[in-house]
Amino acid sequence: MSSEIIDKTFDEAIDAAKEPGKRNFNINFGPQHPAAHGVLRLVLELDGEVVERVDPHIGLLHRGTEKLLEYKTYLQGTPYFDRLDYVAPMNQEHAFCLAIEKLTGIEVPRRAQFIRVLYSEIGRILNHLLNVTTQAMDVGALTPPLWGFEPREQLMIFYERACGARMHANYFRPGGVHQDLPEQLLQDIYDWCDPFLVACDEIETLITDNRIFKQRNVDIGVVDTQTILDWGFTGVMVRGSGIPWDLRKSQPYEVYDELDFEIPVGKNGDCYDRYLCRMDEMRESVKIMKQCIEKMPQGPVLPENSKFAPPRRAEMKQSMEALIHHFKLYTEGFKVPAGEVYTAVEAPKGEFGVYLVADGTNRPYKVKIRAPGFAHLQALEHLGRYHLLADISALIGSLDIVFGEVDR
Amino acid sequence: MKQQVINAQLEKLNAILGRMPEKFGNAVTHIEIRNDELSILAQASKIIDVLSYLQKIEGFSTLIDITAVDFPESPERFAVVYHLLSMNNNIRVRVKAFVPDGGSIASVVSMWPGANWFEREAFDMYGVLFEGHPDLRRILTDYGFEGHPLRKDFPLTGYQEVRYDEEQKRIVYEPVKLVQEFRNFDFLSPWEGMLPGDEKAKTSEGAK
Repeated sequence: MSSEIIDKTFDEAIDAAKEPGKRNFNINFGPQHPAAHGVLRLVLELDGEVVERVDPHIGLLHRGTEKLLEYKTYLQGTPYFDRLDYVAPMNQEHAFCLAIEKLTGIEVPRRAQFIRVLYSEIGRILNHLLNVTTQAMDVGALTPPLWGFEPREQLMIFYERACGARMHANYFRPGGVHQDLPEQLLQDIYDWCDPFLVACDEIETLITDNRIFKQRNVDIGVVDTQTILDWGFTGVMVRGSGIPWDLRKSQPYEVYDELDFEIPVGKNGDCYDRYLCRMDEMRESVKIMKQCIEKMPQGPVLPENSKFAPPRRAEMKQSMEALIHHFKLYTEGFKVPAGEVYTAVEAPKGEFGVYLVADGTNRPYKVKIRAPGFAHLQALEHLGRYHLLADISALIGSLDIVFGEVDR
Repeated sequence: MKQQVINAQLEKLNAILGRMPEKFGNAVTHIEIRNDELSILAQASKIIDVLSYLQKIEGFSTLIDITAVDFPESPERFAVVYHLLSMNNNIRVRVKAFVPDGGSIASVVSMWPGANWFEREAFDMYGVLFEGHPDLRRILTDYGFEGHPLRKDFPLTGYQEVRYDEEQKRIVYEPVKLVQEFRNFDFLSPWEGMLPGDEKAKTSEGAK
């Protein structure tokens, strides 16, 4: 008899265990559900409390970003990238700027590269703080978000001091960043770093050894190597399973190759290990931020005498050509030579890529945004099967889904 | 160090570039390295052969992205674009194949389950059909949506708009009403583009 059971597949065994005449139960999860992280609608097929089928319905936040980008000049296009993954806005702009820079061959000044790295890491901490603490909230803890949102707010103030907006920055521009940082800001960011490490430890005392958090996350949603390859996983979803894949190390851009940092990896590839990875990544980000501030050179933040960057204000008061140039740049924009390019950055959620097709005019011919969340969310069907209903919310939390980028 | 990584990548890509033509002959119509990226143009009918060779033999085990590009003037209207990544070799490749309007291309869901949504999206946005796809439904657009929004002949404003009607107490769909006509400026240099009135000058010349 035992051999008969072993011969059966898992699916058949579950079918056989069912009582005759029993039907599965379909429920609708979301789109207005606090654990849906935005507007996710899931159609779940349940056998008792066991999930047999997951069908995510996405697109409720689809705003046609890629279509809009085809009708805007390159400079008008960058703000749309803030609105994709609105938890870490500047990281997205970065990918688009890198694509334009690769096609046009603009050189980014060194100071601008350091500022970009600094703000990308601030974005990473912004993202992980939100994700880690709301994941705790998804499994029943209310305090972690309250603790996590305080440093998050301080980081947003650093965003605001650099570009004037807490979230939708539009700060990274092709060729550099829009403006130099105000005085004192670098010192303030530096002073923020060490106390934040203490705040990290405090959040960990709340979550890491928490019995309920561990019961809900350990051994849930285990990701193995085959799953990673099959479903196109990147970012923490890969590193949580022990594979040290990080674009900042393996395909370095900007000045990441000059900085000293580690890639934290997990062991078991479950939700709990991914949480631990994110906590350690925040500490590494702080390390990168401190190095950026220490090494930051003086100099311009946009290429000078370039048709891709606006002339400085003082110059425009004196020079007619500068004034014309400024006007032309903000109406006609600049032209990007025809060609196609794919650039990717290590966004907090994984590989965020931009496939840009240019036709030599001042607008993109096509932009495809490759969002990490899109690939991760579609694996929910695979990961969530035969888990309990309650595990689904833990899984969604650990996949790190933000609908701005999934739906685009 | 950045440059070293790129050089190592280029070396590997050049090796693949050398191996591909003899392996596939006519199935690969064009292959080049531009902007440090390897780009392969394959025949749509042979796309499975090319992709599975890249996946199994060359080790491009991760499918990063599938999308399409619309070229309305071209007889084969859509370019279906695949981006692959090899984490072991640290290189990427782009494979393209042209498909006519209303045509189809083989689905790669059996090779990468993760291709499912990417193909659904390309179908939703461009109307490219993927043969053998298990569940080719729309994905990003509304339930009951008509048309393929990323085609170049689809207007930016769309055809339908949605609002909540207070009297009927439900969502209603209506044809798009624009308060101001859609403005699509030609910002290109006046010496290269058309200015308003230019078309008259052309026709009057033709009349003479």
